[in-house]
Amino acid sequence: MTTGTTSATTTEPKPMTDASLILTETDGAVGIIRLNRPKVLNALNPELMSMLAAQCEAWDKDPAIHVILIAGSERAWAAGADIGDMAERSAIEMYERDQFATWERIKRVKKPLVAAVSGWALGGGCELMMHCDIVIASETAQFGQPEINIGVMPGAGGTQRLSRAVGKAIAMDVILSGRFLSADEAYRFGLVSRVVPTEHYYSEALKVAHALAKKSSIALRLAKEGVLKAFETTLSEGLEYERKLFYMLFATEDQKEGMRAFVEKRRPDFKGR
Amino acid sequence: MTTATTYETIAFTVADHVATITLNRPTVYNAFNDALTTELHDALKTAERDADVRVVVITGEGKAFSSGQDLGDLKAKYVPGHVPHLGEDLKRRYDPIITRITSMDKPVIAAVNGVAAGAGCSLALACDLRVASEHASFIEVFINVGLIPDSGSTWFLPRLVGLGKAMELCCTGDKVGAEEALRLGLVNSVVPAAELMSATMTLAGRLANLPGRGLALTKHLLRRSFERDLKAQLEAEAFAQETAGMTADHTEGVVAFIEKRKPTFTGR
Repeated sequence: MTTGTTSATTTEPKPMTDASLILTETDGAVGIIRLNRPKVLNALNPELMSMLAAQCEAWDKDPAIHVILIAGSERAWAAGADIGDMAERSAIEMYERDQFATWERIKRVKKPLVAAVSGWALGGGCELMMHCDIVIASETAQFGQPEINIGVMPGAGGTQRLSRAVGKAIAMDVILSGRFLSADEAYRFGLVSRVVPTEHYYSEALKVAHALAKKSSIALRLAKEGVLKAFETTLSEGLEYERKLFYMLFATEDQKEGMRAFVEKRRPDFKGR
Repeated sequence: MTTATTYETIAFTVADHVATITLNRPTVYNAFNDALTTELHDALKTAERDADVRVVVITGEGKAFSSGQDLGDLKAKYVPGHVPHLGEDLKRRYDPIITRITSMDKPVIAAVNGVAAGAGCSLALACDLRVASEHASFIEVFINVGLIPDSGSTWFLPRLVGLGKAMELCCTGDKVGAEEALRLGLVNSVVPAAELMSATMTLAGRLANLPGRGLALTKHLLRRSFERDLKAQLEAEAFAQETAGMTADHTEGVVAFIEKRKPTFTGR
């Protein structure tokens, strides 16, 4: 893994000769991960997923990083999983290997995950995208859960997260028919946060990541937790939970700084404490 | 330098960065049979991909631009008890042509030499610009055979002439002559028949020497402007301008202006 400290460019990630499954760099308080299996359109294999999870966990603990940006290439964010690797496995093997357990580690990341998505976001790629908190998609991005076409179904959260994101009617259509959604549809259905011209999808995602990185890091984490709670609980419990998170922020320096800066009409200087 | 590709039902030439596609079934007024729609789409695809091509011109050989679907070709299908599946036919043969024209980065000009009827009319309307001969005419002829104006006509026509006039033309099947078409905004200019191709090539030549990326971005912004609200369009303009600002042609244009000389654009 190349953990560099070079400052990020605002253009499309350049193809690198490095054989690493993921490429990482930091740009200020933004940690950037690029999925790097161009020959297989960034298909997600277990090795890549555990490297991705490990990097996310490392940055989640690193106070210098506030936001994590995950990008693919312009052609493919991630086009599914390694089918060849799974084709002949038995149910017991799959159960014991429990490849989707790694995904739980990404789910547990507390810092905001921003996805820069262009091209194919299919199967596991779509599911990885749905683990992210804000999705900036290019106009040419396409989304789908085509597992049905090879006699299986989504296994890394697709049936659960897609249904929560777009509702039953669209989720059933996508998962049962295997049809792809255009960027425009994905935006209308609430699957992605913003759609921008392909030339700008990466720079826009980076811009969003930097904008978040300027906020209070602790407030970001609790706000993310609050939103995710909405998908796990009842309204009354969620409201109760939200209220506790809100009160909890009054124990932070950032709350004092943010509110004082507002009153004093100046920009706040957050410390993440 | 002129290069020509051999087709049966169309002629395809590239000269001075302009690709010219001539519908070439003059004995049947350039009606669309299966071969013609296939070849037209293929030629459009070739023109789109050829980096040397900056502008595309579509015109018709002989008296007509195009009379639309070749009904003779459908004769076999119209036997008692047979139900044609025209929707599938449209999706397979016509819609790819229309979307290819609207989505490609290069400007597409229709040089309308004569009658443009039915899908032939739709083809002319789908183009970005229309230069008409004095003999040109447009007919949304579909209603006369109980059909609806397809291949994009119900989308393009109200955008070009307004809903009221579009309704009239589509519901009556009335013919619009060249002068009236100009008055309605249906065509960009009308020229004497003998000057159609020279006038079209002058226009195409001008476009071919303008900044290609700027033209492409402008085309796509205008194409989508009816679908977006002002706020979304302003946002789209900002992104497009960001892109345009990064082009070499933009720098060249500004530098040439400052140096008081003619700019040389490269399309980058």
